[in-house]
This record gives sequence, structure tokens and C-alpha cells, in this order.
Amino acid sequence: MRRVAAGLLKPFTETAGLARWMLVAGVLLTAVFVVFALFAPWVAPYGFAQTSAHGVAFPKLGHPDSQHWFGTDRLFFDVFSRVIWGARTALEVVVLSIFFCVVIGVPLGLASGYYGGWFDRIVVLVMDAMYAFPSFLLAIVFSFLLTNVYGGSVVAVSLSLTAVYIPQYFRVVRNTTLSAKEATYVEAARAIGATDGRIMRRYLFGNVIQSVPVLGTLNAADAILTLAGLGFLGLGIQSTDAAEWGHDLNRALADAGGGVWWTGLYPGLAIVLLVTGLTLVGEGLNETLNPTLRRRRLLPVVMPGRAAPNLVEEERS
Amino acid sequence: MARAGSGSLPRYILQRILLVIPMIWVILTVVFVVLRVAPGDPVSAALGGKLNAQALEQRREALGFNRPLIAQYWDYVSSVMHLDFGTTFSDNQPVLRVIRDNGGATLSLTVAAFVIALVVGIPLGLLAGRFRDSVPDVVIRLFGILSYAAPVFFVGFLLQLYVAGPLGLPTSGDASPITVFQVQPKTHILLLDALLSGNGAAIQDVLKHLVLPATTLGLLICGIFIRLVRVNMLQTMQADYVEAAEARGISSGKVTWRHGFRNALVPVITVVGLQFALLLGGAVLTEPTFNWPGIGSKLVFYINNRDYGAVQGIITIFALAVVLISVIIDIVNALIDPRVRF
Amino acid sequence: MAIDVSDRTVAISPGEPVISARDVRVWYGTTRGAIRAVDGVSFDLAPGETLGLVGESGCGKSTLGRGLMGLLPEGAKRDGQVLFRGQDIFSLSAKESYQLRGRELGMIFQEPLTRLNPLMRISQHFEETIKQHEPGLSKDEIRERALEALRLMGIPPTRYRSYPHEFSGGMRQRLMIALALVLRPAFVVADEPTTALDVLVEAQIVQILNDLRRNFQTSLLLITHNVGIVAEACDRVAVMYAGRIVEQGTVAEVFKNPQHPYTRELLRSTISLSTTGLNYIPGAPPDLVDPPDGCRFHPRCPQAMNVCATQNPVNMERPGGGRVECWLLGPDEQVPPGGKQPLKQEELTVADEA
Repeated sequence: MRRVAAGLLKPFTETAGLARWMLVAGVLLTAVFVVFALFAPWVAPYGFAQTSAHGVAFPKLGHPDSQHWFGTDRLFFDVFSRVIWGARTALEVVVLSIFFCVVIGVPLGLASGYYGGWFDRIVVLVMDAMYAFPSFLLAIVFSFLLTNVYGGSVVAVSLSLTAVYIPQYFRVVRNTTLSAKEATYVEAARAIGATDGRIMRRYLFGNVIQSVPVLGTLNAADAILTLAGLGFLGLGIQSTDAAEWGHDLNRALADAGGGVWWTGLYPGLAIVLLVTGLTLVGEGLNETLNPTLRRRRLLPVVMPGRAAPNLVEEERS
Repeated sequence: MARAGSGSLPRYILQRILLVIPMIWVILTVVFVVLRVAPGDPVSAALGGKLNAQALEQRREALGFNRPLIAQYWDYVSSVMHLDFGTTFSDNQPVLRVIRDNGGATLSLTVAAFVIALVVGIPLGLLAGRFRDSVPDVVIRLFGILSYAAPVFFVGFLLQLYVAGPLGLPTSGDASPITVFQVQPKTHILLLDALLSGNGAAIQDVLKHLVLPATTLGLLICGIFIRLVRVNMLQTMQADYVEAAEARGISSGKVTWRHGFRNALVPVITVVGLQFALLLGGAVLTEPTFNWPGIGSKLVFYINNRDYGAVQGIITIFALAVVLISVIIDIVNALIDPRVRF
Repeated sequence: MAIDVSDRTVAISPGEPVISARDVRVWYGTTRGAIRAVDGVSFDLAPGETLGLVGESGCGKSTLGRGLMGLLPEGAKRDGQVLFRGQDIFSLSAKESYQLRGRELGMIFQEPLTRLNPLMRISQHFEETIKQHEPGLSKDEIRERALEALRLMGIPPTRYRSYPHEFSGGMRQRLMIALALVLRPAFVVADEPTTALDVLVEAQIVQILNDLRRNFQTSLLLITHNVGIVAEACDRVAVMYAGRIVEQGTVAEVFKNPQHPYTRELLRSTISLSTTGLNYIPGAPPDLVDPPDGCRFHPRCPQAMNVCATQNPVNMERPGGGRVECWLLGPDEQVPPGGKQPLKQEELTVADEA
């Protein structure tokens, strides 16, 4: 147990200077939003589609004041509440999409790397094509498709994101599998008759799963941006179904002309901070796990003074 | 052992071009499959409210939607081979015409953004990598992360709110109506046309309109360049040949420049070229933010109208453009890095 | 290749030694503490002389070579005095160090492929080096110098504009040597120059290194774990263990009459055509962060005595010339009573072997 904890803390204890601070900052930022997401109903003063309270209607495009810390928007919603509820939407969608990515991408990559052959080649070709595709355009295509079918629900948007990011997971897992399966202990296992499934589960899975956390974190950062982008274009979740920062920014754009800054600034800042937090965590982890980039905390070398030379007959001929 | 000098560059180019063909085929297939798999009928989705049932059926027939899927697939692929990317449903225009009319605006936006990102991002990345963990490094890294974390439409929003006014920069469209009227559309790229016309006021107007959108999009890519270049620089400075050069007494500055920067940039060139894909995605978001009349805005318009024909055509063209660019980048890379060619 | 000892001692007359190292220490900083890779090394090197520095992996020989050149990683510290032609190179400023390197001090590395910039032609490597130290030369003169250095290494001028990856391993190493020597440095460190090469190529390189001292009067510090190479190419040898030189002297003398138990074990584990059984030294080199008390070899020494475990041996002149540090040779007056009793060694556990 202590070893697990020590392992988890390694990024903190072994890195020096900046990398450590970045990691800490990232974790803190992310934690704030996770708290928002988990405890939205208690943290947010109002609902995300609430237009009145205690019988008093909210103002339209009201300035920030003591009742509405971040003001209200043109649909009479409270901006502060929508920012908090937006955290829940964002994390829901992203976690769901990463979950699907891992559940589909990891086994696929394992199987493809392990078995090879024409199955592998076809899947690789398809994944490479999808990977080469501009990711945001791919997201547009998939959500265009999925919202036709499912409407703007959380699941539909998550699946769109999954489709966009699966190639990355697939690639990483496949590459790790390819190199891991050449290891001598795998050969030995096969020699004593282990089945394919057992080999994949016991030996390869552990190796392969190590690269997933960093990928997942950096992915999450990207996914939130993609989600916001889709929302901005009106392809994601509708305002009344849930709070989504990108969609709110779309409406805020028109407000900018009139000098109304609060409807856009706060959702935008929320996106920036959460994505930054996740990126810092991902990069910090990356620097820790990648030995060449790691800056270790070296203890300074202190040399005691030169001892009197214990030489006998030091002659120079 | 390869001969000294250029190696087999022509052969490499040929190989690369040949490799692209299966990739293109796969992309076309993926686009077709994804878009056609949608249950429900593209035609009614686009035109359901405007035409009666009979007219819709006629349309379906005319567009070939009643034919078996394989036949439709074959139609699609063969017409793309003939550079026919279909017609939009909602306003019945050939997709190519849409590209021609609006492509120029997108082109000038993406190129300007790319240039800004290069000019700002690469030097900053090199500096950050060379002076690791110093104050400039920290600031630059933070800047890189923030510029990527801020969505283009948010940056656009901020620029419109706080910068446009004080600097007197326009926030909508790519030119004022007067300029559009005055400038002859020869190349369909407004900036070039304005330059060709020699009309000083027009050129200034076009450039002024370009500043904010290009900076917004450029910042997005800039962050990525900074990170990439920095990491490459870090790894390059640890290379064995850098130490060997130091052992020969080459001065620190020369080592940094000749062995560090130059070698760090080589892998970067490939990745830089691949950002074209990201640029396209970013353009789709930047253009609506600034009412920029490019393909991105048009795409959004067609998406909101559920215009399947237009979306398919435009996406296909984008995908092919990306693949083409990647081939060009690979060839450029082979020109620069002699190891690739053998 | 028989080495005539008497010839040597006359040829290397007592003039000013090229390198005179005294009590050199190089310690690395780590997350655990300082690794004392080189912990008090002293030696002299005469003009035109080749000193072989031999020992197991991890004994500090590479570190010593790099420490002399000033190519140490971050967190490392060096101490001591190294006189190069009378000037202490350890106390030079960074700029002065750079000026010396390449021009007076050269280095030949182990793996030649990674040591050459893959994007630069060979010609550019040479031009860069020569221009750095002799900026006044014309382009043609630079070319002449470079081509001559290559010719001496057996590389034809037609390959001058090739890229590094277009050469075979042996040729690359010859390139590296040419590049290191083009400015005729007086002192060269060769860090395992043949380890990455196959045997036939190795022989060629050894021949080249041999010719060096004849043709250029270059002093060479040849770092290797291969005792055979030392026998062929070196005038004197220094045996290193756990950061200290335990024995040094002329090759003939040390190989004929090894005085230190480690040297004896090292020579016994060398394989030749007459070898019938494998000899090895049980145990592993000590942890250099916290080296054992007394003589560092005592845990593995078959002749260890009580004093060896408590006091550092005294560095003294060995019979036959050179220096050695081992309590077996005395000085007896510094050994406490009972110190000469054999040491009771603990059973080496299997873990130590790993």
C-alpha cells in the first residue's frame, strides 16, 4: 500500500523546480472543477435553466451584482450557475468519451498488435485515415450524424468525441503491444503453453496500460475544447438541456457588440482554466515518466577538503 | 551503401505519392460510410420543410438516393476522381463553386495565421528549450499552454471586446463594401486582388480586416509550435553529437545554433506541416466569430441547414487537401534530412 | 607486439610531463547523495606516451576522462589539480576551457555514429572545428588540413562531402579520430574507442592509435576494459578500481609482476587461447555513494587482512617502478597490531552477485 502511495507521489517528490509546481497547479485547478462538477446542485446558487427565484424574475443581460455574481445573459439565466453546471456537463461528456475510448481502443489495439495479419492492416489503415483527418472536422461530421439520430444529448456528443480520439488510444496501445510482445518473458510464456488471452491479460496489459493515463489527461484537455467548439457551432447540447460553455459563448458573441462582457468572459475563463489545469497535469506526468525530459532534484555535491596526501616517497625523477 | 549526395530523391517522391492512393481511398470510404449510415433521409432533413412529399421523392430520385448503396458509393468515388464534389441541396450550387467563391478568404486567413504562428512560436520555443527552467522558459511555456487552452472563439471575443475598439480594427467581414466594390475578383483571393489592383486604400482596408482573425487563429497554432519546438530543443541539446562538438571546443553559441536549433527544427518541420489539419478546424470556428466569408462560415451554414450534399462535398475536399499537404511535407522533409532518402 | 621496456624508459625522458594530475576527484550529484566516481587519482603523462586506464565497468575510468576534458553532466563537481604543460586546467574559466578543447585537448568517444551530426556533411564538421580555432585560414587551407587528416586515417578524399550515416562503423571511428586530431592536440582522451567495433576493425584502430605517438608525439589516455588492447597499444597502464588507481606502471612490469590483488585477478580473468577454465572475481564493485571503509577492494580480495577493512592503504612506489596501494606491501610501520591477520570475510550472498 505504501509502495502504491509512494509511486503516486513520485511525480511530486522526484521532480525539481518548475515541473513540480506546474503539476501542483494543474492538479489544484482540475480539482476545483471536479468539485464544481460533483457538487453542482449545492455549489450553484440557481439551476442552469432557471429564470426566476422567489417569484422575482431575473433581469435580461443584468450586470454582475450581489444576486448574480457573474450577471445574467439574454435568456435570463444566471451566468455563475451556468458556469458551475457547465463544469458538470464538460466532465460528464469527457469522462464518458474517454471511458468509451479506453474500453474500445485498448482491446482493439491489443488484439491488432498481438495478432497482426490482415485484420491488423485494415484496422491500422482505417485508424490512420481517421487520425490524419482534421480532428475537429471529424468531430463535426460525427456529431452531424449522431445528433440527427440522438439529438443533442450527452451520450451523442460523447460518442462523437470517442470517434475522434479512438485512433490515438489505438495507436499507442498497438505500438506498446508490438514492442512488448517481443519480450523474452512473453516468448517463455508461450513456450509453456499460455493461451493468447492469458498472455494479453497478464503480461501485455500491464505494460500497455501505463501509457494511457498521460494520454487520457491530455486527451481530456483537447476533448473539452472540442466539446466547446461543437457547442459554439450549435452542434452540441442545447441550452435548455444542460449548461455548456461553448454554446453560451456563441450567444455571448452577439452581446460583445453592446459592451456586455460578463456573458462571455466567465464561461471562456472556465474553459481556459480547466483545459490549462488538465494540460499541466498531463505535461507534468509526461515529464515525470519520460526520463530524458525529467529534471531530477539532485542533491548538491559537497566535497570535504583535500586530505593530506598519504603518499610514501613521492618522488619526481 | 548509398552514394554521397542527393540519394534517391525522385524515387522517394514517387513512392510517397503512390502510398497516398490507398489513404485517399480509405478517407473517401470513411466519409461516405459515416455520412450515409445516418438513419433518416438526408433529403428530407435538408429540404423537408420546403418541398412536398412528391417533390421530395423526385429529388431523391434525381440525386440517386434510391439506388443501392454500393452504386451510390461508386458514384461518389468516381465523381470525386473527376473532381466533381457534388451539389448542395439547399441552394443547388456545385460544391466546387462554393469553394471557389469562398476559398480565397479561408486561404488568406489560414496562411496569415500560419505565418504569425511561425514567426512568434518557433523563436519562443527555441529560446524556452535552450534556457530550460529559466524565467523566460516558464513564461513562454505558460503562454504556450494558455494560447492553446483558450478556444478561438473566446480569444476572438476578447479581442473584439478589448482590442478592436482601442486599435480601431474592424471585427466583421473581410473588407468594407466599398473595397469589395472597387476590387476586381481576378484570383478570388481578396488580398491578392487588392494588391494587384494597386489601390492603397483597398489594401489597407483588407489588411485591417485580416489582423484580428489571423491573430486569433494564429495564437491557437502558436501554442502548439512553442511546445513542440521546446521539447525538440531539449532533446537535441542532450544529443551525443552536441557533446562531441563541445569536446572539440566549438563555442557555446555556435553549438546552440548549428547543432541545437537546426537539428531541433528538422522534426519540427514535419509536425508543423501537419498542423494544417488543425488550422482548418480552427478556421471553421474562427470564421463565424468574425463573420469571415470563408468556407468555414459556409460549412456552418450548411450544417445548420442539415445540407448533406454540401457537407459531404466540403469535408471531402478538406480531407483531400490535408492528405495532399502531408505528402508535400514529407517531400520537403526528405529534401532537408538526408537520412530519409535512402 | 613486444614492448621493449628499456627503450621506453629512455625515450620518455624526464622532461616536463604533458599532464600532471594530483588528487583528482569527480563526484556526481544524485537524488540519493554524491557518487564518488573518481576519488583521489594522481598520475603523470609524458609527451608521446600512451597510458592505458583499465578497470571494470563503473570503476570511474570514463568519468576521469570526461572530468579531465571538462565534459561533466549537471550536478557533478570536480576537484584537484591537473597541470597541462604547467597550467592548471581545472581552474580555467569556461571560455579558456573552450579554447583549449579541440586544439590542445582532444577526445575520442565510444560510439561514433551518434557523435556526428547527422545533418552535416563530414566537410562541414571539419570546417567548423578548424575555423573555430584557426579563424585566419582560407577555405582551401582548411580543406587541405582536413583531407590530410583523413588521408592519414585511410579515408579517401572522395568521401569528404558524404554524410555520417553513409560510412561503416570502422570508418566512422576513423573519422572521429581524424576530427579529434586535425588540430594536432597534445593530449587526447580515447574513451573505449573500440568497444563498439568488431574485432578486425578493432585491430585497425589499435594500429592507428599506435601510430599516433610515433607520428604526432600525441599523449594518449586510452580508457578501456580490454586488457589485451592495453598490452598492444600502451606504454604504461593504470589499473582503476572504485574510483582510485590501485596500481600503475609500465605495461611490461605491471603485467609481468602485478603487485595488487585486483590487478592479478584482472589479468587472470583475461581469456586467451590457452584458457581452459573461466576465472572471475566474485562479488560486485562497491556502491560509490557510500564506499566501504579502508581499502575499497577488501570485500572481494582473496588476501584481505584486518587492516584492510579499517584503514586506507598507502600509495607507495612499487618494486620495479610505478605506484601501488595495498597493505600487502606495507608500509609495515603503519599497520596496527593484529592488522596483518587474515580478514574474516562474510559469505558473499547471492544478491551481491547480481
